[in-house]
Amino acid sequence: MTQILEVRGARRVFKTPEGGTVAALDGVDLDVGQNEFVTLLGPSGCGKTTLLRSISGFEQLDSGALMLEGKDIGRMPAFRRPVNTVFQSYALFSHMTVERNVAYSLEVAGASKQEQKILAGEALEMVGLSGTGSRMPSQLSGGQRQRVALARAIVARPKLLLLDEPLSALDRRLRQKMQIELKALQSELGIAFVFVTHDQEEALTMSDRIVVMRGGQIEQCGAPRDIFRKPRTKFVAEFIGDTNLFETTIECVHGGRILALTREGTKIWLSEETKLAKGDAATVVIRPTDLQVQDAHSSCGFRGKITRVIYLGTDLHYYVQPAVGGQELLVVSRTDGSRRAPGDEVTLTYRPERAHVVEDC
Amino acid sequence: MATPHTRERLFLFGLLTPVTLLLGIFFLLPLAVIVIYSWLMPGLYGGVEWEFYHWNYGRLFGWADGVMEIYEPIYLKILLRSLSLAILTVLLTLVLCYPVAFWISRLSPRWQVVFLFLITLPFFTSLVVRLYAWLLILKPSGVLNSTLLGMGLISEPLEILFTRTAVVIGMAYVMIPFMFMPLFASIGNLDRSLLEASSDLGAGRVQTFFKVMLPQTMPGVIGGSVIVFIPSVGNFVVPDVLGGAKGLMIGNLVEQQFLSARNWPFGSALSVVIMAVVLGVMLIYVTRLVREGRAS
Repeated sequence: MTQILEVRGARRVFKTPEGGTVAALDGVDLDVGQNEFVTLLGPSGCGKTTLLRSISGFEQLDSGALMLEGKDIGRMPAFRRPVNTVFQSYALFSHMTVERNVAYSLEVAGASKQEQKILAGEALEMVGLSGTGSRMPSQLSGGQRQRVALARAIVARPKLLLLDEPLSALDRRLRQKMQIELKALQSELGIAFVFVTHDQEEALTMSDRIVVMRGGQIEQCGAPRDIFRKPRTKFVAEFIGDTNLFETTIECVHGGRILALTREGTKIWLSEETKLAKGDAATVVIRPTDLQVQDAHSSCGFRGKITRVIYLGTDLHYYVQPAVGGQELLVVSRTDGSRRAPGDEVTLTYRPERAHVVEDC
Repeated sequence: MATPHTRERLFLFGLLTPVTLLLGIFFLLPLAVIVIYSWLMPGLYGGVEWEFYHWNYGRLFGWADGVMEIYEPIYLKILLRSLSLAILTVLLTLVLCYPVAFWISRLSPRWQVVFLFLITLPFFTSLVVRLYAWLLILKPSGVLNSTLLGMGLISEPLEILFTRTAVVIGMAYVMIPFMFMPLFASIGNLDRSLLEASSDLGAGRVQTFFKVMLPQTMPGVIGGSVIVFIPSVGNFVVPDVLGGAKGLMIGNLVEQQFLSARNWPFGSALSVVIMAVVLGVMLIYVTRLVREGRAS
């Protein structure tokens, strides 16, 4: 796949009010392919927004290279970059009609009124807002404004569309709808999207690739499935989805099989390639959906007692206190006929290939 | 019956009474006196005769009989000159204040307070004293001329004092805080992401200014212009000190009619005309800007 955007060794340091410095970007490398939907995911302050603003040109990198289609755009002012942004606050021009908002990039580029009208109409149609062109932004709902901002950013067909947490102000229902529409729009346009969010669900829903950031660096980069199934570090495992963590020591490694022991002495079998050897400390992750609740007399697994059961319609959440002590475990299973209640003795089982060792940092 | 509704009304009435009385007695009443006086005959030794008399306006607009009252086109000329000087003052303060307001609005709140204080600092001294300071600056042997001469930029002193230029400089100086405050409020409220969005969509600085920033801050521009324009038209202190004979403005004329010529009715007529003209100009200006803002 040809790369549309290449970021190499991006660094950006800010001064703090106390007189210190903080690296918002600390050596970031990123490639975005043509027609790829890449999500920058991380907690606030991780550098994702700074990276986005560096690509759009509102921030200058202290060092590093920024290449768009092989051309260096690092020193190019924002208004010359063939990149458009959908802002978190939408940033619609309240003194212009919806149509003029959408046609703004064409207007400043000197397009004819006729052309502006046609292209703005098309863009509005793509986001499902035909016929609203003559209204003012203040007459639209939050969701509609969001769509106008989107239409305005795609009307000139940029090489790359940047989206800065555009869905965060919408309610849950609308947000889910927009996630699907955004993804559909992206495939229809064939433009690469770089999407910033702190919402892991949003990232998993839409992305071809998720870039998890932390402290100005990229923690892990991969397809949503890989990020969820094989988190590289404890941070990623905890940031994306609910998770059960076990602090263990490796007991033995044999072929593709690993036996790890928790501090309380519970055995955990894993089935994966590893460089770890006997005696090493290892943090093991088992997702709540990968644990099954069995009757107490089942052979191997974690024995324990149910402390809480939460009914969520299609899913049931069990909180289980292991018999040997240690942290409470979360199990998510589909609602079925079984009626287990707090106080029931159970055994939690799992498939060894679903247990996964993460780095500790 | 004191139902909650009527009690609320009584309460509101109580709150509004003082301000109604204040405005009625100290604002509307004097205004009415001026309008009425402008249609009365001037007394021989000042004061008025209670007799309907339209020559006050005739003297201004040209239906004077040429015997009792003489038509002088100079009055209208001075009115026009005052209007043009006021417009110049508005433009000058606008151009001076806009970039400064923008700059200050980007400072940290602590520095903003410091600079806002500095801008209001001139109010701490009497206006007349400050204008006399300008006299010292502008006069042929003053600070400005001696500096320019010393630098060799000019070979002989500039004749600024007692010209309309001096009046505009002085008026702009006096009016800057009044232009600055509404502009600052408007620019400070401007959403920075709008400027970024404009730049992101391909607009350069000039385009961003005229297409986004200026329209977005129009309320401040209108507010500042109105607040500066109105007192500028009738201002008589600045032209008195810095204007000389060439810088005479309509305000001075009114002052002379009331204090020197003791022709109160004619002074009143002049005042009413100023008021009508200012009101007319403002109505046209504001409605046009509002309409433009809506259309664009």
